[in-house]
Amino acid sequence: MPPTPETKAPLLCEARKHQRVPVYQCPVPAGFPSPAEDYLDRPLDFNELLIAHPAATFAVRVSGESMIGLGIFPGDIAVIDRALTAQNGSVILAVLEGAFTIKILRRKGERVWLEAANPAYKPVEINEASQFEIWGVVRHAIRMLGA
Amino acid sequence: MSTPIALVDCNNFYASCERVFDPRLRGKPIVVLSNNDGCVIARSNEAKALGIAMGEPWHLCKERIKTRELIVRSSNYTLYGDMSARVMEVLSHFTPLLEVYSIDEAFLGLAGFENRLEGHTQSLRAKTQQWTGIPVSVGIGPTKTLAKVANRTAKKTPACNGLCILMEQEAQTKALAAIELEDIWGIARRTAEKLKALGIRDPLQLRQSDPKVIRRSFGVVLERLVLELRGIPCHGLELAPPPKQSICVSRSFGRPVTTLSELSEALSAYIERAAEKLRRNGLAAGYVTVFLHTNRFRPEEPQYSPSAGLALPVATADTASLLRSGNEILRVLYKPGFRYKKAGIILLDLIPQAETQGALWGSPDTPERQSLLSAIDTINRRHGRRTVQFAASGVQRGWQMRSDQKSPNYTTSWSALIAAG
Repeated sequence: MPPTPETKAPLLCEARKHQRVPVYQCPVPAGFPSPAEDYLDRPLDFNELLIAHPAATFAVRVSGESMIGLGIFPGDIAVIDRALTAQNGSVILAVLEGAFTIKILRRKGERVWLEAANPAYKPVEINEASQFEIWGVVRHAIRMLGA
Repeated sequence: MSTPIALVDCNNFYASCERVFDPRLRGKPIVVLSNNDGCVIARSNEAKALGIAMGEPWHLCKERIKTRELIVRSSNYTLYGDMSARVMEVLSHFTPLLEVYSIDEAFLGLAGFENRLEGHTQSLRAKTQQWTGIPVSVGIGPTKTLAKVANRTAKKTPACNGLCILMEQEAQTKALAAIELEDIWGIARRTAEKLKALGIRDPLQLRQSDPKVIRRSFGVVLERLVLELRGIPCHGLELAPPPKQSICVSRSFGRPVTTLSELSEALSAYIERAAEKLRRNGLAAGYVTVFLHTNRFRPEEPQYSPSAGLALPVATADTASLLRSGNEILRVLYKPGFRYKKAGIILLDLIPQAETQGALWGSPDTPERQSLLSAIDTINRRHGRRTVQFAASGVQRGWQMRSDQKSPNYTTSWSALIAAG
């Protein structure tokens, strides 16, 4: 093995227990190259799947049962994309009367409702007196299934 | 026509960040306090309307403003830093020439957009607001100085709709006529007084004055300012941040600190943080300065504000070496009998870690130490600050800053997400 720079330094007197051996990926011309070499790919990146617009993506913890019909349960993490424009039927994160809520947006002409995905919750119609704002569109719900 | 430069500035940035995640704050007066809850450093428009001044000490403001509506927050730089990065990312969609000027301001080169400045910038404003929830104002001029003037005009004039374009001389004259010398970027009150004494009373007179004469009395900086006011660019966009010359970490304590052991704990925590910054930038430090302050706003208490530095034999980014040197200096500086308010560390003589050279009495950080430290940095990045720390910086940390009203780290901590029913 060629001398490492350390062994050349005359003043170095630290005792070394381990010597590192560099591992080369593939520059060795002898032997057979790995047949997988040309097919290597990056591992799956979940950010790619979940985040279309990093600057506009936020995470929210789901706390109520109003959306269980769509498979969004308490404790889930909702991934919100503010870059998307809410359409009729979009699942949205809204601010209603000062509180965050996840609901389905329904529009018919001039009228707007927030609809739950749970028969126990009645739709809420938004009127001019409502303090209402669409915060973002819910793109995903992530659930931990436990060990 | 010269190349337009835009200054994009987030409106009441810290207050706006707080509002995005707490809808109850909409329409209410909000103030954000400095480190240690000392004074007001950000105000929503409603708080400005209550007459709360920038920099006002919080304990006075609390006495004076009696409305129950007033909402107060300790500064949450983790949140503001994340939101700032998001805003800058959106701005970068609108130009390849982006200079991040501060946490809430950026200069944008808008060459090529001369014929559709208004449309381009209004869509920039709308997109930033939609994607991040942060409202921004935009000022455009042929120079950075005029872009700053334009931005101020955009903020102060509701009719501007958040955008003011000062590409024509006529518009520039009108905007400059409406402001004071002190309102111009780079003119301190003392400079303004000196200018007034020479008969230059307002921005228009300053623009008309002879740059050569200004240079003789005030130096080249003010000469350039006169040229910039005339629309001649003297300050280009700085697209790559200049290399760091020094790294400073200093904080006020939550309460006065009197003992050497507590001072040493606090200083060690700052050194740890500074060393981490050093490594993040791939640098090593050759010189360490330590300073201490008593509370100068308590003139009745004995005052002592020493500082001292130490040249290291070999530049290092190793927390342990820096802790040793920093604490050595501290032991020299420390005198009992004072109530210390603040301590800090400054790392100087910064050079790239790869270029450090050994000396007769020391060798550069070994690869083993470097990988140990980078492992610590990785753990702390992934699992939160101080998951792994040096024992020197203490566990109880009674000296730590007050931040009693801090909002959760909504965007950077899984345990602090907003909840939605």
